[in-house]
Amino acid sequence: MTHAMKTGSLTFDTVESGTGLDAALAGTGAEVLRTIKSSGLRGRGGAGFPTSLKWKLAAEAEGDRKYVVCNADEGEPGTFKDRVILADHADLIFEGMTIAAWVIGARYGIVYLRAEYTYLRPHLEAVLARQREQKLLGENISGKKGFSFDIQIRMGAGSYVCGEETALIESLEGQRGEPRNRPPVPIDTGYLDHPTIVNNVETFAWVVCIMAKGAKWFSSFGTEKSTGHKLFSVSGDCDRPGVYEFPLGISVAELLDEVGGQEAKAVQVGGAAGLCVPESQFDRTIAYEDIPTGGSIIVFGPDRDMLDVAENFLEFFIDESCGQCTPCREGVPKLLEGVNMLKRGECSMAYLEELCSLGETLQLASKCGLGQMAPNAFLSIVEHFQDEILGRTAG
Amino acid sequence: MLEDIRSELGDTTRAPASQRTRTAEVLKRARESHKPVEVTIDGNTIEVPFGATILDAAQQLGIRIPTLCYHEDLCLAGVCRVCVVEIEGQRTLQAACSYPITVPIKVQTHSPKVRRARRHIIDLLLGSHYGECYTCSRNNYCELQRLAAEYGVDCFRFGHLSEPRFEIDQSSHALVRDMNKCVLCRRCIRTCIDLQEVGVLEAIGRGNRTKIATFMDKPLAEVICINCGQCINRCPTGALRANDPTDEVWQAIDNPKKHVVIQTAPSPRAAIGECFGLEPGHAVTFEMNTALRRCGFDRIFDTNFAADLTIIEEGAELLMRLKRALVDKDESVALPQFTSCSPGWVKYIEHFYPEYLDHVSSAKSPQQMFGAVIKTYYAQLNGLDPKDIVTVALMPCSAKKFECNRPEMCASGHKDIDFGLTTRELAKMIREAGIDLLGMPKSDFDDPFGTATGSGVIFGTTGGVMEAAIRTVVELVTGHKGEDLFEHAEVIPVRGFEGVRYAELPIADVGPVPELVAHLFDDWDWLKGVTLKMGVCHGTANAKKVMEDIKSGGKFSQCHFIEFMACPGGCLGGGGQPGPTSPEIRAARAKAIYAEDRAYTVRKSHENPAIVQLYKQFLTDGPCGQKSHHLLHTHYMARGKYIE
Ligand SMILES: Cc1cc2nc3c(=O)[nH]c(=O)nc-3n(C[C@H](O)[C@H](O)[C@H](O)COP(=O)(O)O)c2cc1C
Ligand code: SF4
Ligand code: SF4
Ligand code: SF4
Ligand code: SF4
Ligand code: FES
Repeated sequence: MTHAMKTGSLTFDTVESGTGLDAALAGTGAEVLRTIKSSGLRGRGGAGFPTSLKWKLAAEAEGDRKYVVCNADEGEPGTFKDRVILADHADLIFEGMTIAAWVIGARYGIVYLRAEYTYLRPHLEAVLARQREQKLLGENISGKKGFSFDIQIRMGAGSYVCGEETALIESLEGQRGEPRNRPPVPIDTGYLDHPTIVNNVETFAWVVCIMAKGAKWFSSFGTEKSTGHKLFSVSGDCDRPGVYEFPLGISVAELLDEVGGQEAKAVQVGGAAGLCVPESQFDRTIAYEDIPTGGSIIVFGPDRDMLDVAENFLEFFIDESCGQCTPCREGVPKLLEGVNMLKRGECSMAYLEELCSLGETLQLASKCGLGQMAPNAFLSIVEHFQDEILGRTAG
Repeated sequence: MLEDIRSELGDTTRAPASQRTRTAEVLKRARESHKPVEVTIDGNTIEVPFGATILDAAQQLGIRIPTLCYHEDLCLAGVCRVCVVEIEGQRTLQAACSYPITVPIKVQTHSPKVRRARRHIIDLLLGSHYGECYTCSRNNYCELQRLAAEYGVDCFRFGHLSEPRFEIDQSSHALVRDMNKCVLCRRCIRTCIDLQEVGVLEAIGRGNRTKIATFMDKPLAEVICINCGQCINRCPTGALRANDPTDEVWQAIDNPKKHVVIQTAPSPRAAIGECFGLEPGHAVTFEMNTALRRCGFDRIFDTNFAADLTIIEEGAELLMRLKRALVDKDESVALPQFTSCSPGWVKYIEHFYPEYLDHVSSAKSPQQMFGAVIKTYYAQLNGLDPKDIVTVALMPCSAKKFECNRPEMCASGHKDIDFGLTTRELAKMIREAGIDLLGMPKSDFDDPFGTATGSGVIFGTTGGVMEAAIRTVVELVTGHKGEDLFEHAEVIPVRGFEGVRYAELPIADVGPVPELVAHLFDDWDWLKGVTLKMGVCHGTANAKKVMEDIKSGGKFSQCHFIEFMACPGGCLGGGGQPGPTSPEIRAARAKAIYAEDRAYTVRKSHENPAIVQLYKQFLTDGPCGQKSHHLLHTHYMARGKYIE
């Protein structure tokens, strides 16, 4: 295990503003796409969609207006790594968006900023103003004739589901933030029906690093399918919580060593929507091919009650569900009820099985990722902590 | 002759809508460049147009996929997830109603995963539903009930509510909202926002606190609801229903002191058969008359009589406005004149375009005119005290319930109309009385208002008021028989279901002024060579298009007369009609109405002998005279969009 870096010594600190864009503008959009493709970069927002493919499809989509949207809604419980990037490396984010604009042919960019991060807005506006002055934004960027792009900051209104890209777009359009039916997908029918790419804050920042340092450099870290470094937000029962940079493919155990969480009995990887990994599986790796994550790591020490953990996550989803589709709206509360029954020792095995089956339906039939992922924690806790959760008595 | 210029304003009652247009626009572009796609559903393969939904394809194959939030008239929501299916190679299930087929796919509509998910979803819906079927207005034609039956629900797997969560909103004269029965399919929202473009309802709250609400969650009576009831027609459950006065109507019937008179509008008779198992499109006018008698109504009159009266009054008003504009060159006269017979439309314009209220004809709607005539002229004729007369109106409409409770609608000193009954409610009364409607012998309306013309009948469909007015005005002015001008006097260009229509009618020559309006006009010479311009629209979304066109000085601002109907399809698609509703059902009802029109011997309002008699004996100073002004005309209220 190499290269654990804590806040203050991230790769992003080593890249000089403007170098990635210069490298990108030296070639065509197609060349940039090839570079990103060979770097193997996948979206850092959680789902891990190959960034080059998303951009390629958007570049090919028909339309005279296209949009680059930066998803800075960071709402996943236990995630705060985007905040660090926004605070310390906003220039990289905007530069990455500009490179995306160069590739797909966009004129407008939007940063959708989480309401709780409103305090960062003056800082972000100042960075934008500086970049406009430096001709990194605006008309004929870096002297490149005809390449114009500018970025606007728009505020979220405090809902987790607005981080889902189609709900984000609805919200940008002034509607209730509710996920759309897909297909069509944003790359052909996005903001105001124009082709739109939505990427995570961190994804844009890595694009700049890749352009500056090369695809080979990037793909020399991580695994074959999950290349490069990634930021992690580590919290919970460990000695050194904070934002870390690790190569993908790190095992849970290695990560726990780095953060001082060796005592843990379970680790929630990927936030409320992620998986609850028990000690017996700490040798598993954090990578798209094993345990995918948007970067949230929550460590649970030996004294934690796993039913409390499940209750906490389920309450979060009940609060944050947009309420439009039946499985998520009505199903998650049933899972929570089940947890409370387990706590009181009133849940029969048969009903628990029914609830697990319901959880699978939620994963399959919910309209968006929120409802599809909401049962994950519940299901993994029931699977891995049977001894702990069964056979309780009331009080 | 009558020139038919289809409007460029768009021709659909399907207003632009969040999800549908978004999909449709892209697909339209794509469809031009893409070939049909192959889809295999449960082993059957067909080709469908690029972008057709899985549900479309399944329907073509005759495979039933259950749905709940999907409605043919509305944009796609994809929220209930009842219609989920399994697509080979995809991790998650997909909603068949909203999944467009753009590449060849293999679909399974009842794999184990699908069946389990559907059953779970239905169980979940029932788990948060509070209501008992036997006391519910929707019992027997509720879509939730049907789903539960189809999927063999035999227990409440995830529990069942034993207490209501919401108070029932009974504030409105027209609608009752019981959110305890709501399944959050959002059809009402899509109806109100997308189809009608009124925008009373929206979802508020998140997660399982989500509910359908009005602005600031106010009672329905205090918001901009126009009472059109289109949301009722599309609600799959008993969460929305009309405010039902059948108990009061029975009470009146049972009270020997009361003389209970019912008038029946043209649309209910073309649809009530549907409540008794008839295919849409079969009028049961005369069977219904007998059934009404057996229910105990003392007199059964035809609203068409009053529709004829409306045509005369409204037509005379139009000619007076035209004369002031063309002869007196009075620039203050409000043209085009708007029709006033749709109370949903009237409330719509009161809220949304109050600055145009002087364009609305002051003539009351047929329902109200009839009530006023019954409580005065009819009472006199029969030596009845008007306070002992109870007037009931059988209407296809929920807004009529609001209209009859407007405080200004009692010029005779008594409420013009005491109770508005919907088609659905009458069907209930007929059933309650143990009457087999379809087996009834036929019988006619009662005199003296039984005689009506076909012109009154076609009021029930979009374009009908305009057609009736044209027939009457053409004859009054030119002296030619309508039959000479149009085949069977059918003014085809104003017919149809396009959302917005426009027509022109040049007046080449004029005749003598008939006696009926001789007190208003000396001659018609000023109309010679004038081209009458007319518009027709239905559904308030289309009304909005026309109003915006008028505001911007477009083609419709040059019109003389515009027919507005609040409901898609006109009254035959009204908010009091039987469910379900769809474009096909509305078209079938229209056909029944036009067929009935053809069957009448007298087909023009001013030839109706009962009307001629009424003006001779009672409204002696003629159309738009003092008397009729007092009894048959009304005024409106600028309500605005912002309610205190
Ligand atoms: C409920 C939900 C919440 C999400 N919240 C976020 C978020 O806060 N930030 C984010 O970048 N992606 C979030 N996503 C993922 C986005 O939908 C989208 O996949 C991502 O922004 C794509 O960027 P990437 O490819 O760069 O990862 C969320 C997804 C779901 C289903
Ligand atoms: S899964 Fe939940 S958050 Fe997603 S659309 Fe359905 S109700 Fe909304
Ligand atoms: S809404 Fe349907 S399921 Fe509910 S009580 Fe009424 S009929 Fe029964
Ligand atoms: S009655 Fe008409 S206006 Fe009122 S809520 Fe229903 S659809 Fe909207
Ligand atoms: S009131 Fe009726 S139409 Fe509206 S969401 Fe509820 S069930 Fe659906
Ligand atoms: S009918 Fe398809 S999701 Fe409701």
